[in-house]
Amino acid sequence: MRDQFQSPIVLLGARLLSPYIMVFGWYVIFHGHYSPGGGFQGGALLAASLLLIRVAGGSKLAELQIQEFATTPLAVIGVVIYFATGLVAMIMGGYFLDYAQLPIPGMEADWLRYTGILIIEVGIGLAVMAILVMIYDNMARGEDYG
Amino acid sequence: MGDFFMGHYAYWFTIILLCIGLYGILFKKNLIKKTIGLAILQISVVLYFVSVASKTGDATVTVIDANFPVDQVANYLNPLPHTLMLTAIVVGVATLGVAFTLLIAIYNRFNTLDEKELIDKFQ
Amino acid sequence: MVLFAGIMIYAASDLPYRGDPDNLMHAEESITGTTVMGNYFIKNAYRDARTPNMVTVVLGDYRSIDTFGEQVVIYTAGLITLLVLRRSRRRSE
Repeated sequence: MRDQFQSPIVLLGARLLSPYIMVFGWYVIFHGHYSPGGGFQGGALLAASLLLIRVAGGSKLAELQIQEFATTPLAVIGVVIYFATGLVAMIMGGYFLDYAQLPIPGMEADWLRYTGILIIEVGIGLAVMAILVMIYDNMARGEDYG
Repeated sequence: MGDFFMGHYAYWFTIILLCIGLYGILFKKNLIKKTIGLAILQISVVLYFVSVASKTGDATVTVIDANFPVDQVANYLNPLPHTLMLTAIVVGVATLGVAFTLLIAIYNRFNTLDEKELIDKFQ
Repeated sequence: MVLFAGIMIYAASDLPYRGDPDNLMHAEESITGTTVMGNYFIKNAYRDARTPNMVTVVLGDYRSIDTFGEQVVIYTAGLITLLVLRRSRRRSE
């Protein structure tokens, strides 16, 4: 962002609104089993709460929140959570991503699938959030160095 | 005739939206406008699939309710097109991100986004 | 373009009525005798995964490998933005 103007009112509104959007994003991810929602939608909401601060406050303020180099490892962590769930299920003797073989004691097969879906939704949410923030960061930076 | 109209008007609207998007892709000269046409075309396909998935009558959304027993299939909408379109929307966002990235790279190098000027600068 | 729209609308008149529950897509068996997946998901989603939201079950359980590939696709898109724009920055400096 080359021409960034300081507007305290916009910044105040964005700072007021951003935590609630983030809380709602986590709610959408974790409540996706019982209502419309899930990893993609919740990840998009989390990214919205981060991008609101970035648009309103500029890159100086946004470095306090999530730094620019931290987005790529977060996306990798999200993808690795998904892949590791499938791989653990495959090592324990099932097919790839067969949640009924996950090594959590004391659960029936259907509740194991329930837990497996929750784990991969968190992975999807992290990856989508990090990737949307990453796209925005790279675009803003690529515009600056024209 | 009225029955036929009520059964098909959703398809007609999605077809009109698809033609608007295709017109934008084919005939507009600005690359940003072409990308907007691409987005409109994606949205038309998503709307078509969601409209196909609907059922009239007692059908509700695809979250299981105790008042609607599962073994009667007509109680719920078809969940498969909704899932496919959920993934299609996210892939659409990703492709739009890549498209705008390439547009920024083109603009950084050639300082224009007009198609004719770009072809002139290539030669 | 208007001709194309006319052809498409004419072809759409052959589609089944929107929202008809007796549609082939919502039927129990397809015309070749195999089970149609939509009804299978409606009937067995809660029994298999104890999750009331069927879309989540289809996304996370039945079609999970598809979702994994799709997540790799958006990850690749993010990497493309990083590679293309960082490289153009270095050239300009």
